[in-house]
Amino acid sequence: MATTVQDAPAAGLELDVRNAAHRKHPWRWLSALVVLVFAAQLVKMLVTNDNFGWDVVWAWLRAESIVRGLGITLMLTVVAMVIGVVLGVLLAVCRISANPLLRSAAGLYIWFFRGTPTLVQLIFFYNLSALLPKLNIGIPFGPVFTSVDTNTLITPLLAAILGLGLNEGAYMAEIVRGGLLSVDPGQREAGQALGMKNSRIMKRIILPQAMRFIVPPTGNQVISMVKATALVSVIALSDLLYTAQSIYNRTFETIPMLIVVCLWYLAVTSVLYVVQSFIERHYNRGARHQAPSFWDFLRIRPKGSAA
Amino acid sequence: MSTAVLQARGVRKSFGHTEVLSGIDLDVTPGETVVVLGPSGSGKSTFLRCINLLESLDAGRITVDGRDVGYDVRNGRLHELSPNEIARRRKDIGMVFQQFNLFPHMTALENIIEAPIAVLGEGRREATERAVGLLAEVGLAGREKAYPRQLSGGQQQRVAIARALAMRPKLMLFDEPTSALDPELVGEVLATMKRLASAGLTMVVVTHEISFAREAADRVVFMDAGQVVEQGTPEQVIDNPQHERTRAFLSRFL
Repeated sequence: MATTVQDAPAAGLELDVRNAAHRKHPWRWLSALVVLVFAAQLVKMLVTNDNFGWDVVWAWLRAESIVRGLGITLMLTVVAMVIGVVLGVLLAVCRISANPLLRSAAGLYIWFFRGTPTLVQLIFFYNLSALLPKLNIGIPFGPVFTSVDTNTLITPLLAAILGLGLNEGAYMAEIVRGGLLSVDPGQREAGQALGMKNSRIMKRIILPQAMRFIVPPTGNQVISMVKATALVSVIALSDLLYTAQSIYNRTFETIPMLIVVCLWYLAVTSVLYVVQSFIERHYNRGARHQAPSFWDFLRIRPKGSAA
Repeated sequence: MSTAVLQARGVRKSFGHTEVLSGIDLDVTPGETVVVLGPSGSGKSTFLRCINLLESLDAGRITVDGRDVGYDVRNGRLHELSPNEIARRRKDIGMVFQQFNLFPHMTALENIIEAPIAVLGEGRREATERAVGLLAEVGLAGREKAYPRQLSGGQQQRVAIARALAMRPKLMLFDEPTSALDPELVGEVLATMKRLASAGLTMVVVTHEISFAREAADRVVFMDAGQVVEQGTPEQVIDNPQHERTRAFLSRFL
């Protein structure tokens, strides 16, 4: 018995996996060929189709009105995201607080703003004066100190900021809450046992660990927000898209102007992608998995994988 | 109140309809090492967590160094303290957890100096100097810059012990400190704890390590079903148990 068990593998003991023949991958070669043909067609169309109007694109790309529109888009993105993040952290803390009233109030807010389209919210704020002609500051149900006409206060810009920011707060609240819940409860207990105050535990122990789970989806939200600002063109705010639209309504160079818009959105989101990968690296200190580097999408073979 | 570091009287605690602690009395004097033994679910970890108020009490009273952790006495009545005041009173009670609970985003050194700086108001230099000394004391000299996941379980638990010691606690609580460790790593943690016990630190240790109880304990307390069944010197409780439940529990370790 013992001899047969030893004999069987002994026949090939001089073999070594280092010299093994690699598998052939015919389907990979075929699919590469198909992709190449499509890519060649795309390039040919980009170069030979005059309707793209590359000279028009180039002429308008850095036109002053377009750059001003881009500025409005970027400003809206930043202001709406700041409102969204601050609101999101507040709502998330309310959602996990011990106070049942705060919990359900935050839940109601999130339910409403996630459950209705951003576009509808934008138009709603733009038309707020139809609902509330005057906004008053005073004691509730008591005397009024000062009163403003809603139409003067809510400009298209403020309507856009309110619509995008309040809506973003609801999404950020869920992202932050998920991050906070992902931190092991033992971390809070360890901080408490050391005599640390709750605010300090949140700032030094919980949040830095939650950030690993908060940053990647927040990066998505920022990139979504850059593009969501295009919605404000419906309330006649001259962002990047609205500026381009008003130009092609005049010149009928629709496709070249839309390409100008796409190129700028791509440039902005690419920069944001790089920034995000650096922030992720920062919060991954001490973690097992490193954040992917920006250049990973150019890698044919993923790092550390076999063949 | 007398010279006892820890005094517990009639401590009761329920989770839902299950009573986990049914009236615990325990005194611990300065420098004493008390080891609490008992089967799983006997309430020994819950009792330990009641001492520094990680769990609230339903009835009874616990004082550490003569003061209630969660209450003030005014006009002959106990008044609940605010979370910040409770935090201030917890700083005298060190705790070592079964799962270590080191802060994974901080190095060993940063884990140790965080609370002395934040809570005791120490300067960064002073705290760092002491932390380096404490790491050497638990046998981890030179590992200041290691992140927790770069250390073995036994090393992580020794960093956790150093982190608790950095607060200069009057009382140290150990909640099954070796239960999450591979068998070959248990010894190094127990050796560190034995050194602390003989150096005169006041310790309450919940553990399943009978040999540690025998060698390091001044007093062994046996708990079952939320009550102290018997207590005494290791010789009395481990070698000559008086109660049937103690004998049944210890027989599983022979």
